[in-house]
Amino acid sequence: MITLNVNGKDHALDVTEDTPILWALRDVIGLTGTKFGCGKALCGACTIHLDGQATRSCITPVSLATGKKITTIESIGDTDVGKRVQQAWLALDVVQCGYCQSGQIMSASALLAQTPNPTDEEIDNAMSGNICRCGTYPRIKAAIKNAAKA
Amino acid sequence: MSTPTNTPKQVETLSEQGMRRRNFIIAGVAAGGGLLIGVALPQLFDGKGDASPAKTAEDSAKNAFSPNAFIRIDKDGLVTLIMSKVEMGQGTFTSITMLIAEELGVDPAQVKLEQAPADEKKYADPLLGGQVTGGSTSIRGAWEPMRKAGAVARTLLVSAASQAWNVDAKDCRVENGYVLHTGSDKKIGYGELAEKAATLPVPQEVTLKEAKDFTLIGKPIKRVDSPQKVNGQAIYGIDVRQPNMKIATVAMSPVLGGKLVSVDDSKARDIKGVRKIVKLDDAVAVIADHMWAAKQGLAALDIKWDGGRNETLTMKDIVSQLDQASSDKGRAAPGAVARSDGSFKEAFAKADEKFEAVYQLPFLSHAAIEPMNATVHVQKDRCDVWVGTQVPALAQAGAVGITKLPPEKVFIHNHHIGGGFGRRLDVDFINQAVAIAKTVDYPVKLVWTREEDMQHGIYRPYYYDRLSAGLDKDGKITAWQHQVTGSSIMARWIPQFFKNGLDSDAVEVAKEPLYAPANIFVEYIRQEPPGMVTGWWRGVGATHNTFMVESFIDELAHKVGKDPLQYRLASMGDSPRARHVLEVAAKQAGWGQPLPKGSGRGLSVQYAFGTYVAQVAELEVKEDEVKVKRVVCVVDCGMVVNPDHVRAQMEGGINFGISGALWGEITVNNGKVEQSNFDSYRVMRMREAPVIEVHLVQSTEAPGGIGEPGTAAIAPALTNAIFAATGKRIRQLPIKNSLVAA
Repeated sequence: MITLNVNGKDHALDVTEDTPILWALRDVIGLTGTKFGCGKALCGACTIHLDGQATRSCITPVSLATGKKITTIESIGDTDVGKRVQQAWLALDVVQCGYCQSGQIMSASALLAQTPNPTDEEIDNAMSGNICRCGTYPRIKAAIKNAAKA
Repeated sequence: MSTPTNTPKQVETLSEQGMRRRNFIIAGVAAGGGLLIGVALPQLFDGKGDASPAKTAEDSAKNAFSPNAFIRIDKDGLVTLIMSKVEMGQGTFTSITMLIAEELGVDPAQVKLEQAPADEKKYADPLLGGQVTGGSTSIRGAWEPMRKAGAVARTLLVSAASQAWNVDAKDCRVENGYVLHTGSDKKIGYGELAEKAATLPVPQEVTLKEAKDFTLIGKPIKRVDSPQKVNGQAIYGIDVRQPNMKIATVAMSPVLGGKLVSVDDSKARDIKGVRKIVKLDDAVAVIADHMWAAKQGLAALDIKWDGGRNETLTMKDIVSQLDQASSDKGRAAPGAVARSDGSFKEAFAKADEKFEAVYQLPFLSHAAIEPMNATVHVQKDRCDVWVGTQVPALAQAGAVGITKLPPEKVFIHNHHIGGGFGRRLDVDFINQAVAIAKTVDYPVKLVWTREEDMQHGIYRPYYYDRLSAGLDKDGKITAWQHQVTGSSIMARWIPQFFKNGLDSDAVEVAKEPLYAPANIFVEYIRQEPPGMVTGWWRGVGATHNTFMVESFIDELAHKVGKDPLQYRLASMGDSPRARHVLEVAAKQAGWGQPLPKGSGRGLSVQYAFGTYVAQVAELEVKEDEVKVKRVVCVVDCGMVVNPDHVRAQMEGGINFGISGALWGEITVNNGKVEQSNFDSYRVMRMREAPVIEVHLVQSTEAPGGIGEPGTAAIAPALTNAIFAATGKRIRQLPIKNSLVAA
């Protein structure tokens, strides 16, 4: 049994230590807001926060999360910065298919938590691990700037 | 957007009760009371194989009337739209709701959406003729019928109120779901009127609002699906959870078209959580408690494949076959003539200057960010499929074929789509999920890994096109020939419309270039590459042929020493809307103004999907790497339903097209696809995204499509800009290869 603290709640899971957090969240706990895209930390759809750090859950085993706090898209709105990011996303109607946006919002929230007023370059660096096939990049960037100002 | 609804029953009720119909709209009592309006949307494919654009809804309704969209107003005043279109990011849920709400006089937020169940006849797309979301057709098909349906409902509700109050209907108006009496304070909600309205005669004619009176259409109304997509609550196909559900993942024959010989699963069975190994003809699936166990199980299998005849297949084979088929001498059979006006041969022979070029486009993956997946529960007397698909009726037909259950026992529950781009117009992965689920008695969610998704795609065809032009001494085009060679998507996907060897998609745009002279010849040569299954990719025929035509016209301009903008304008036929978008784009982009060395601007202009688009790309080339800095896009899509959707689709469509043009290619070696994930199939990331400026042309013309034009027009704007920047002409995509090779 491995215990994961997800969004403030402990979950005892019967999975092997090498199980990526992504599948523990989606298939065992049943939190499906965190998405599967590539399985190799290439697309960022699976981004979560591990003690506040943006982390690709598809390659991070549950063993690395014991004793730490996992935050997912389902509860990021409970934080001040997460709420501002979500509101900026709504104000600019960023989403299209929306599938990658959980990961985008998690990466953006981690960025703003650490860098409240990021430059364009800082945004590019923090966000270039998150692929959006619908190509919503211009709006993501604008929304991050709006959230920073809010 | 889960779907279990009782809609089929309601539809049955409609016909049983002998609904009163007027043209293409019917009205009657909804199941459970209230008012039900049924709308028949027009058909592009009229059943005779004529793929001409829809004329009017009335025309197509004359033959076989069958409503395919429904509006229900229940006794509580709740308005429900039962819709066949699926939301894959294009904003259809929002914009079709706006059309109805505009005429019905309700807030779009008051309209609840339900996904229509699979029913090929009732939910047929008006332009595509099947139950399909694709081809940038949703708004074009819905524009008039959906507004009329709203107007019929409004008229019935007003009649019901005026009768109840014993006043003239002319003295009544609607507002936010209420009928109000002008001259008194009488006011009554739609819910209270619904039942009475349902018994009144359907109006012979309804008057639609004039554009000047629109309160919703033309406004940037917020997307209805945004809130649930920013907090993880939106449910995509891959998010479906069912009681006792297990997860499956597959390995398919690495060699395309290969078969499974044998599997040693002894090690896999020992892995914790692995439940079952399922052998299919061309694949092995592992069913497990969760995806990790399934993946571990798959990795532990010892599989023997028989690659079959594609085991030695290379790109060289595929391209040389295309080259041979495309040449006048080498081809096995004559091409199918798409257009022949005047005499190309005579005009070309007489021309003062002759110019010929070969252009090539690679196979492409859609690489939708949600990998292919489907959840299926096969039981003795029914089959449930939870999936995000652009074609629910095809999904149903596939499941019927595999389970041998009657169609009415196969239920397709459609969901949000994490990227369609044409990939989810095919149902290969759904059929596979049904075949796997058939072997067990519990629900199974099949999830493809990214690697299987990329290596077993339905790829955009490889095209190998020859263009030839004859010019007179002033540089005027007198002869034009376009020979398209590639696989036929239509022959595979919609064979009844593949006629006399002609694939109308393969010659889209090529058949009607904006620069067509009196002597023009366009033909299609079908050449199917071994092993590769090819299909629709965002922008379809226009993505292919706008690259060809807009590259070629640019080359001709430079050949005769003319400015590419002026040469296009001078060569264009009578097309004021094309001329206008081009002129505005050039002006907004600062066409002609100097740029630093190594930078350039490139143009493209296109008419496709009922929409005119012009783009100017500005980029910099440094050490064989292209940095796209700015794209100006001017779009005339007729009447705009939601300007913010148009902007969003242009922005996203352009970025999608840039990814494909710069880096996109699927290649085959020894019969295996060489790309496997986003490391080997590069797509655009944030730092590579240009500034995009979208300008909308005010227009009162009928709405055009917006999902695809942005993607289709961008590639030649890039290659033309690279020519301006470096003098290198790129005739083969992706740009990354040609730039190094050039």
